Amino acid sequence: MSYWIDKHIKWIYPLPAVLFVGLMMVFPIGYTFWLSFHEWSMSNVTPPLWVALENYKALFQDELFRESLWITFYFTVVAVAIQMVLGILLALLMNAQIIGKGLVKTLFLLPMIATPVAVGLVWVLIYEPNVGVANIFLQALGLPVQEWLASPDLVLPSLILIDVWEWTPLIALIVLAGLVTLPKDPYEAAIVDGASRWQVFWNITLPLLKPTIYSAVLLRLIDALKTFDIIYATTNGGPGTSSQTLNIYGYVLGFQYFQIGKASALLMVFFAIVLSLSILVIVLRKKAGASL
Amino acid sequence: MRKKWNRFQKASFSLAAVVGISAVLSACSGGSNEEKANTGDNSTGKEPQTIRLVAANHPWTEAIKPLLPDFEKETGIKVQVDSYFEDQLSQKTSVEFAANAKSIDAVLFRPLQDGKQFEKNGYFASLNDYVTKEGGSTDDFIPSALGSVKNGDNLYGLPVVTESTVLYYRKDILEEAGLQPPKTLDELKEQAAKLSDPKNGLYGFVARGKRSPAVTQFSSFLYAHGADFMKDGKATLNTPEAIQAFEYYGGLLKNYGPPGTLNMSWPEAMAVFTQGKAVFYTDASALYTNATDATKSGVADKVGFAPFPAGPSGNKVATPPAWAIAIGANSEKKDAAWKFVKWATSKEIVLDLQANGITGALTSVWESPEGVAHFPEDLSAAIVENNKHGVPYDRPAIINVGEARDAIGDVINAAIEGKDVKAAASKSNTAFQNILDKE
Repeated sequence: MSYWIDKHIKWIYPLPAVLFVGLMMVFPIGYTFWLSFHEWSMSNVTPPLWVALENYKALFQDELFRESLWITFYFTVVAVAIQMVLGILLALLMNAQIIGKGLVKTLFLLPMIATPVAVGLVWVLIYEPNVGVANIFLQALGLPVQEWLASPDLVLPSLILIDVWEWTPLIALIVLAGLVTLPKDPYEAAIVDGASRWQVFWNITLPLLKPTIYSAVLLRLIDALKTFDIIYATTNGGPGTSSQTLNIYGYVLGFQYFQIGKASALLMVFFAIVLSLSILVIVLRKKAGASL
Repeated sequence: MRKKWNRFQKASFSLAAVVGISAVLSACSGGSNEEKANTGDNSTGKEPQTIRLVAANHPWTEAIKPLLPDFEKETGIKVQVDSYFEDQLSQKTSVEFAANAKSIDAVLFRPLQDGKQFEKNGYFASLNDYVTKEGGSTDDFIPSALGSVKNGDNLYGLPVVTESTVLYYRKDILEEAGLQPPKTLDELKEQAAKLSDPKNGLYGFVARGKRSPAVTQFSSFLYAHGADFMKDGKATLNTPEAIQAFEYYGGLLKNYGPPGTLNMSWPEAMAVFTQGKAVFYTDASALYTNATDATKSGVADKVGFAPFPAGPSGNKVATPPAWAIAIGANSEKKDAAWKFVKWATSKEIVLDLQANGITGALTSVWESPEGVAHFPEDLSAAIVENNKHGVPYDRPAIINVGEARDAIGDVINAAIEGKDVKAAASKSNTAFQNILDKE
C-alpha cells in the first residue's frame, strides 16, 4: 500500500487542487458552453431546448450587446490607463525616502481592502445629487453641480473614478515590489555618466519595470473587464443602459429576462475576449522579459 | 428520461449556481441565513417543525414577524424568515427553484412580475387540493387579485398585498398656498409648477424614474391618458395617447423633479419626499408607512393622501395585487407550509396586519370598520376611490415581464431626459411587439 502511495505521490499531492479546479472552474465553463446552444428559462418542467447557434446569432444582432461591449471596453481601457499612470507615480513616491512612509502606504492601501459592494454604496451617497459630498465640494469651488451616476453622460466617468480610487493602490503595490528588486548597478553607471533624473527614469527604471508593469496590467485588465459589484451596487447598469457592461447585461438576460441560453452565449463570448486579451498581455510580457 | 434530466439538471445547475451566483447574491442580500432551516424536519409531525419562508424586504414581512410566535404556539411550526430586496428575491428564488432545491417551503412573489414565469417553470405547488379541503376558502379574496395567481383553474398562490397608485402630498405647503389637492393631472402639473422652488431645495414633484421600476407607477398615468401597454396582443406604446402620457410623466420629473430621478426607484424617491424636498409624490399605497412613520420620515405629520388624479380620459388607476404567497413545488413540508399560508391569509391575521398598515387582499377586511380604522383617513378614502376605477395590473400581464418592462422604461427615461419621445416610443413598441410575438 505504502509502496503504491510512494510510487504515485506526484499524482496524489496535487490531486485535491486539480479536483477543485476541475469541479469549480472547468465544469461551470463547460456547462455554460453547453447551455449557450440551448434555450432555457430555468424551468423545472421544460428541459433546455437545442437551438444550435441561434443564441449567438441573436446576440450579434442585438444592439444592446454591441453597446455593452463598447461600454465594457471604454470602462476598462480608461480606468486601467489612469490607474497605471497614477499607480506608477504613487509607487515611485512611496519608494522615495519620505517622512511617514509607513503611514502613507497604509492609508493608500485602505480602499483596496474595502468590500466592493460597500464601496459602491458609499459612493452612491457621495454622488447623491441633492445631499452628496461631491456636489457640496463642487459648490464650494463655485462650479456647477452635477448629476453624477444619474446622468447618462457622466455615469461612466463617475464609475471609472470609483474604480481608480479603489484599485490604483494595487498597481502601486505591485510596481513598488518591482522597484525594490531592481538592480543597483545600472543606476550607478548612469549617475557616473551624468544622466538626468528624467533620463534615469525613462531609460532605466521604466524598461526594467516593464515585466512588472505587464503583470499589473494583466491583473487589472481582467479584473476591470469583469467589474460587476461596483456597477451593480451603484447603478444597476443605469441610467437606462448607460453603464450596462457585458457582465451586467449577462446578469439581466439570465436573471431578469430568464434567457439563460442567450446569457450563456454572452458569457462565452466574454470569456473568449478575456482569454485572448490575457494571452496577448502574457505574450507581450514574455517579449519584454526576453529583452532584459 | 424526464427523471434523468432532473437529476442531471439538479446536480449541474446547483453547482453552477453555487459557483457563479452565490457570491453576488450573498454580497447584496444583507443578512440571510439559510441552511439552518431544515433542522426540525420529520415526517411523523410530532416534533416541532421548522419551515423556511423566503420573503421580500417589504412592510408585510416586517408586520408578520412579530406575529410568528403566535403561529408557533398554535401549531408548533416554527417559521424561519429570509428576506431580500425584490429584485434579489426573484433571482434568489429562481436559482434555488431551478436547482430543484427542497429548501423553500413558502415564498413571497410578485404575481404580476414573476408569477406567470415561475408557474410555467414549475416552481410552485398547486393549492387547489388544499383549498378544496377547506371548502372554497378563497371567496373572500378580491377577485382581480385572485385572478392574478391562477393559470386557468390552477391556483398557485394567494395574494397578500394589494396596492394602488396614490398621490402623496405635503398638507402644510398646500395649505399655505391656499390650494386643494389636485383632482386632475392638469391641476397636478399646475400646482407642481407653482410650488416648485429648486433654489430652496423644494421640488414640485418626485416619482420613480429608474428604467424598470418606474413602469409600474407610470402605468396609472398611462391609463389616465386613455392608453394601455397592449391591446389584443398588439403593442400600443406609440399611440398618441401613450406618447402624451410618457411626455406628461417625463415632463413633470424633468421640469419639477429633483436632480437624479433617472436612478430613482421607490426607496430613493420616497427619501426625497420624506426629507421634505418634494411637494407631490405618486407611488404605491402599500408603501405609505415609510412616509407616516416618524422614525423614518421627516414629514410624518405633514403627509396628505389623495386619489390618483383624473387624466384626459377620466379616472383610471392601477390597483394591482403586489405580493402573493406560494408553496415551493419541491418542499417536503407542504402541509406545514399550507398551514402557514392559510394562517397568514386568514381574516384574523389580515386584519391584524392591516392594522399595521399592510393593504391586504381580503374584501371583508376592507369592508369592515376595523379593517380601515388604522389607516390615515384620507388614505383609506383615496384607496376606496381608486378601487372604483381600478385596472388590475400595473405592467403588461405577460410571461416575459422583465424584458417588456425595460422596453417601456426606455421611453420613460427618454421622456425624462427630454429626448424624442415619439422615436423612443416607436422603437420600444417594436421591441415590445417582438416580446409579445414570442409568448
